[in-house]
Amino acid sequence: MLEKDVLVIGAGPAGLAASIEAGKYGASVLLVDLNMQPGGQLFKQIHKFFGSSAHRSGTRGYDIGKQLLKEAEESDVEIWMQSTVIGIFPGNKIAIEKGLDSGEKEMVTMQAKKIIIATGASENAIRFKGWTTPGVMGAGAAQTMINVNHVKPGQKIVMLGTGNVGLIVSYQLMQAGCDVVSLIEAAPKIGGYAVHAAKIRRAGVPIRLQHTIIEAKKGADGCVCGCVIAQVDEHFQPIPGTEETIACDTIALAAGLKPTMDLVKLAGCKLTFNGPFGGYIPLHNERMETSCEGVFVAGDTTGVEEANTALEEGKIAGISAAEDLGLLTADAASDKRAEIWDRLHSLRLGPFGERRMIEKEVVMDEYKERIGTPSPIQ
Amino acid sequence: MCLRVDHHVILDCTHVGDEVEITVDGKVIKAYEGEPILAAILNAGIKINRYTVKRKEPRGLFCGIGQCTDCAMVVDGKANVRTCITPVKAGMVIKTQDGLAKGE
Ligand SMILES: Cc1cc2nc3c(=O)[nH]c(=O)nc-3n(C[C@H](O)[C@H](O)[C@H](O)COP(=O)(O)OP(=O)(O)OC[C@H]3O[C@@H](n4cnc5c(N)ncnc54)[C@H](O)[C@@H]3O)c2cc1C
Ligand code: FES
Repeated sequence: MLEKDVLVIGAGPAGLAASIEAGKYGASVLLVDLNMQPGGQLFKQIHKFFGSSAHRSGTRGYDIGKQLLKEAEESDVEIWMQSTVIGIFPGNKIAIEKGLDSGEKEMVTMQAKKIIIATGASENAIRFKGWTTPGVMGAGAAQTMINVNHVKPGQKIVMLGTGNVGLIVSYQLMQAGCDVVSLIEAAPKIGGYAVHAAKIRRAGVPIRLQHTIIEAKKGADGCVCGCVIAQVDEHFQPIPGTEETIACDTIALAAGLKPTMDLVKLAGCKLTFNGPFGGYIPLHNERMETSCEGVFVAGDTTGVEEANTALEEGKIAGISAAEDLGLLTADAASDKRAEIWDRLHSLRLGPFGERRMIEKEVVMDEYKERIGTPSPIQ
Repeated sequence: MCLRVDHHVILDCTHVGDEVEITVDGKVIKAYEGEPILAAILNAGIKINRYTVKRKEPRGLFCGIGQCTDCAMVVDGKANVRTCITPVKAGMVIKTQDGLAKGE
């Protein structure tokens, strides 16, 4: 059976950083991702990041992605793309559906001394009449199509949701040459940053506050040909008589993300519910270790945030794995972690960040109370 | 209909793969080797990838990153292939998937 010191699942910023870090101290690392290219969500982020220069502000996500890939190549990390982890068993045995060059898949079982789960997040759906009609999709799906695959998801787009993802993706759709007809938001105010909203407004695109989509209209071809919107009351209920129909071929849903928990659950990690982080998340300590001994987590899987925090958490997970493998002394490892925690604290500032910093503390306190010391996968 | 993004203020949209031909439900379309099958067929104006098992409802691109399976099609005789994370190869034969389609 194939054996590795560390298996990292997910090649987004968290998984890449974890792999590079563990590899740097001499661990043999296998990095597995189900997508075609490594980088996770990074390569669709073509906007400049906020924050201090220590956190690569002014840098675009895809440049961070390129840098990480270069570092991963220079270290000895083995990368399997188009490969999906489908099982985690006692004794740290892992089942992987490995993608071969021929396009075929092969089942591989392997054993890893340490496992780092960095599987990211998935988009929330919103259910209205006709929401499964082709042409209704996640805002991230539309973003992936234009920024990574360079094909427009459609010509005329209606965006539901005005958080940062809704605003940024709307702007990026315009940059790609799509006609963004309108943004629809149920709340009485825009959810994301004012700078992003200003770009949309300058382009003359209406943002309809206190409105929601109640129906996707299906054309003769079976695909979206428009949507019906309506004003909502203070309980977010549509007000009869306020319906309007907007012609469009694409409806993009930007209703937030939730952590991808399948593998964390399979491993039997203890969970907690945390609203600000997007739902159920694994309890973990300041070493990013879960309730399962030798199973670490990082990035959106531990609560939805952004690329820079994912990257820093990934580094912590890599360092902790290397420490437990005896490749780093306890002192050296905790010094390195302290440095990273400092950076994470400064990343988690501002109106959105501060809340997450507090919630992180809550999660780690709950770990201390409920778990204390981790035990092997059952 | 062409949905390719050709000119972009930030991105370089030149294709790395060769231009090749693939067949979708008997129709020959152009694609770039290595791009997701879904991107090529969307560019050709095809938005329906499969029909559901019971109600025969159409489904198409929903997540774009291999999570939802709405983009599953029959590729070279193999059913349930997620086209958003499967790269194009020259000469591929692709079919709209009906229900669970057993493949061939
Ligand atoms: C669609 C989408 C769009 C986003 N857009 C933005 C944006 O514009 N700006 C922004 O700041 N943030 C954005 N985010 C937030 C984003 O989640 C973070 O910026 C960052 O990418 C999180 O990094 P990560 O490494 O935790 O996860 P990801 O980057 O999501 O990487 C996780 C990886 O794990 C892989 N994976 C999952 N399950 C398995 C499995 N079982 N086996 C193998 N591999 C698996 C996935 O294929 C994926 O590549 C977006 C998130 C999503 C989901
Ligand atoms: S669109 Fe969701 S798996 Fe392909």
